[in-house]
Amino acid sequence: MMNDLIDVRRIFTHVEQIHHEFGPPANMPLVRGAIAAVLRNPYAGAYHADILPMMEALNPLGVDLAKQLCDAMGVAPDQIQGYGKGAIVGANGELEHGALWHVPGGYAMRELLGWKGERASYTQGGGGDKPTGQPGNGLSIVPSTKKVGPPGAALDVPLTHINASYVRSHFDAIEMRVPGAPHADEIIVILAMSTGARVHARVGGLKAQDISQWNGLR
Amino acid sequence: MKAKIRKIIVQVDEIHFDGGKAVNPPTRRALAMAVIANPYAGRFSDSLDELIDIGEELGGLLGERCVQALGIAPAQAQSYGKAAIVGEGGELEHAAAILHPKLGAPLRVAVSQGAALVPSAKKQGTLGTAVDVPLGHKDAAFVRSHFDAMEARVADAPRANEIVVAVVVTDSGRPHARVGGLQVHEIVGKDGLR
Repeated sequence: MMNDLIDVRRIFTHVEQIHHEFGPPANMPLVRGAIAAVLRNPYAGAYHADILPMMEALNPLGVDLAKQLCDAMGVAPDQIQGYGKGAIVGANGELEHGALWHVPGGYAMRELLGWKGERASYTQGGGGDKPTGQPGNGLSIVPSTKKVGPPGAALDVPLTHINASYVRSHFDAIEMRVPGAPHADEIIVILAMSTGARVHARVGGLKAQDISQWNGLR
Repeated sequence: MKAKIRKIIVQVDEIHFDGGKAVNPPTRRALAMAVIANPYAGRFSDSLDELIDIGEELGGLLGERCVQALGIAPAQAQSYGKAAIVGEGGELEHAAAILHPKLGAPLRVAVSQGAALVPSAKKQGTLGTAVDVPLGHKDAAFVRSHFDAMEARVADAPRANEIVVAVVVTDSGRPHARVGGLQVHEIVGKDGLR
């Protein structure tokens, strides 16, 4: 995929099936996955006041990556229960370039999961929904991390429940790194998804089946 | 299944551009890893038969996962490699038991043929230790365009009593291979070398 601002050099997918972590084996292994696209950073090497055009330009890539990740995980979108996103900016860029991924990355996974809200309101930072019952999926804020790093830098991408941020069993993180990337003038954008709770979740808190407010939190 | 598997990880690395020049079609390398319990951790055993059998199981399972992740027919696989990282409760020889006696035959079934030696690497390590899995063309070890390596690493493994077993399968050589040597179209494919 390539346009003036989006030039994908490499796509790296990572999928894990977790059977157990030294406790009782899961009936269905937990599946967690992350996908990384290594992009040219059009703003590397100089300060650019206006970087917003790239945010818009990332939208189709985000939608593609969300679909590809779900396919690689071998599950249907309605089996996705957790999500997160992240970015690693190469040495000639700034952290702010990684922040360009917030809207397109989150929007992409929400689209995959059947979000019913207004994208325009999400872009402005609002949830957009006046919930009565469950208004769709992807209600939670998509948790994120970002950093500036060298080739091979590892990023711990946080994961939370897609509909209620406070679901404690789904607080998790997946480590993602692309050997050899990012180069100094590149950015890595990352999406992460999971099919369920931590494999031996047992520290209480809000449970997924007890989500009731449909406000993205509880 | 003899192997006690804690997790399986599959990665695909797809390169579209290198050196600023398009790679068309993109090169693709798939890595499948199993994190398993080491049945001989913490004790010396003359016989390593359990690990030899586990190697046979994993050669098929991980080879198939790679081919599946690439979405190719087995015959379209071009190069392969294998490696193991043994946690500190085990010996380097435990990696050898998994990799060398029996892993290759089912892997060759998964990639349909494979006259060439499966290049390998092994080491002892801890959580997050990386091993570079060497790669060579599956039918002729001297094909220079397919000499490569892919980094394999599991953030939370191997624990002291675990082993990480890795298999890589590709459907391509290096992105812009141009340093001569034996070419794919020159493969005879009988002796595994040329």
